[in-house]
Amino acid sequence: MNSLLLHIAKNEWKSLLRGKWVVGYGLIFLLLTDSLLRFGGGGPEALLSLSNVMLLFIPLVGMIYGILYIYQSREFIELLLTQPIDRKVLFWGLFVGISTPLMLAFVVGSLLPLAWHSILMTAAAPSAMVLGLGAVLTMIFVSLGFLFGLAFYDDRIKGFGFTIVVWLFLAILYDGLVLMLVFTFGQYPLERFVIAVSMLNPIDLARIMVMLEFDVSALMGYTGAVFNRFFGSSLGIITASGMLTIWLAIPTWIGLRVFKKKDF
Amino acid sequence: MIEIKELKKSFGSLEVLKGINLTIPKGQATGIVGPNGAGKTTLIKTILGLVKPDSGTIRVNETKLNGNWQYRRDIGYMPQVARYPENMRVHELLEFIKGLRNQPAVYEEELIDQLNLGQELQKQLRTLSGGNRQKVGATLAMMFNPNILFFDEPTAGLDPKSSQKFKERVKVEKENGKTVIITSHIMSELEQLVDHVIFILDGNIRYYGSTKNLLAESNEERLEGAIASMMEVA
Repeated sequence: MNSLLLHIAKNEWKSLLRGKWVVGYGLIFLLLTDSLLRFGGGGPEALLSLSNVMLLFIPLVGMIYGILYIYQSREFIELLLTQPIDRKVLFWGLFVGISTPLMLAFVVGSLLPLAWHSILMTAAAPSAMVLGLGAVLTMIFVSLGFLFGLAFYDDRIKGFGFTIVVWLFLAILYDGLVLMLVFTFGQYPLERFVIAVSMLNPIDLARIMVMLEFDVSALMGYTGAVFNRFFGSSLGIITASGMLTIWLAIPTWIGLRVFKKKDF
Repeated sequence: MIEIKELKKSFGSLEVLKGINLTIPKGQATGIVGPNGAGKTTLIKTILGLVKPDSGTIRVNETKLNGNWQYRRDIGYMPQVARYPENMRVHELLEFIKGLRNQPAVYEEELIDQLNLGQELQKQLRTLSGGNRQKVGATLAMMFNPNILFFDEPTAGLDPKSSQKFKERVKVEKENGKTVIITSHIMSELEQLVDHVIFILDGNIRYYGSTKNLLAESNEERLEGAIASMMEVA
């Protein structure tokens, strides 16, 4: 089973490398990180800027990339499904095959400038945190894109529309909405509620982890500030990473269920 | 050998297969015909495991289908629309499928030779003409020597010479005792390739028997006329 999975994943890797745009995506992060470090004063500030870009950019690219893969490869996936292989193995092979190159493009693209500006040595933990979060977010959002592609298999317009709305909501509107709620119901004790709500958004969770690591709560939105006060750094980071793992597991699990039961 | 009992499938409120009963014995060459939307493709997709039935049972070579995949070792399928990853080369696609199936590709070279695909092997699939892509599909379907072959509108995009070569090949497969199932709208082609016909209309089988009997019953000389008159009656 594992060798088959790897066989399918390898085929996607070859295909993506030849498509070259994953390399381009990595280069964008390379140029971005390098210029942030060169012109942005270097050190933690640059890492913080990088993570802000990453928190917006990775979810969008990941989801579009996942859903686009499903839409572009319909006939090929159907051909593969007529071969003597288990649907489960095929799903994992495709998912691993397409999510890991995107993840690596981000990690390598950002890692190289961090290395040659020697930030990796002076700020090892924050660097690792930002790169790790980008990697996890990539997996989560490719998985969501996959899921939306399967759910809206015959209706691409709906699929893309839904993807964009989900991105807008999670990446941009969410923190604002929480803040609005807090203002409206300011006289009630809302801390637990705000923590619960921020757990429901993977981008918020990642934002909170960055904030806890850099200890810059005021700069990173309201939910971050509450999280920091409630948990303090290390417990907060552990809780948030636990939630992120759940965020990775659930969409992937639902995607697999849909893929196994679907009529193609 | 394919055995289907009371097979039903709906998509939403649309009933596509309304209780199909069908036995296709080993070694028989069968054509599936019917108007567009009659349920031909759904029937084939259900046997291939692409579509899950609502009720009823399917057995392929004595294996009952229940989400299992091993039975597909015995099946080769050539789809109607052949689209592959664009920047993959033909030989890479063949290698990839060989790795997936893990069966000896006994007829690979023979098919490449017969279908004249030798010069295409190094090309990227996006640069191939529709006909050549169809030939790649035919090669993938037959190269592992499976004992059941499905062809969905196989010669639609082929030039006359390739079409001829393809049909010769299918005849050889038939003589070697393979179960061959073809859907096509080209009746003259079916006449050359199959000896049994399944006529599907509105999700039911309206006729299943040998082409000879069909022609005799309908007082027609050609399959086209016989099928057309069945469609009119319906």
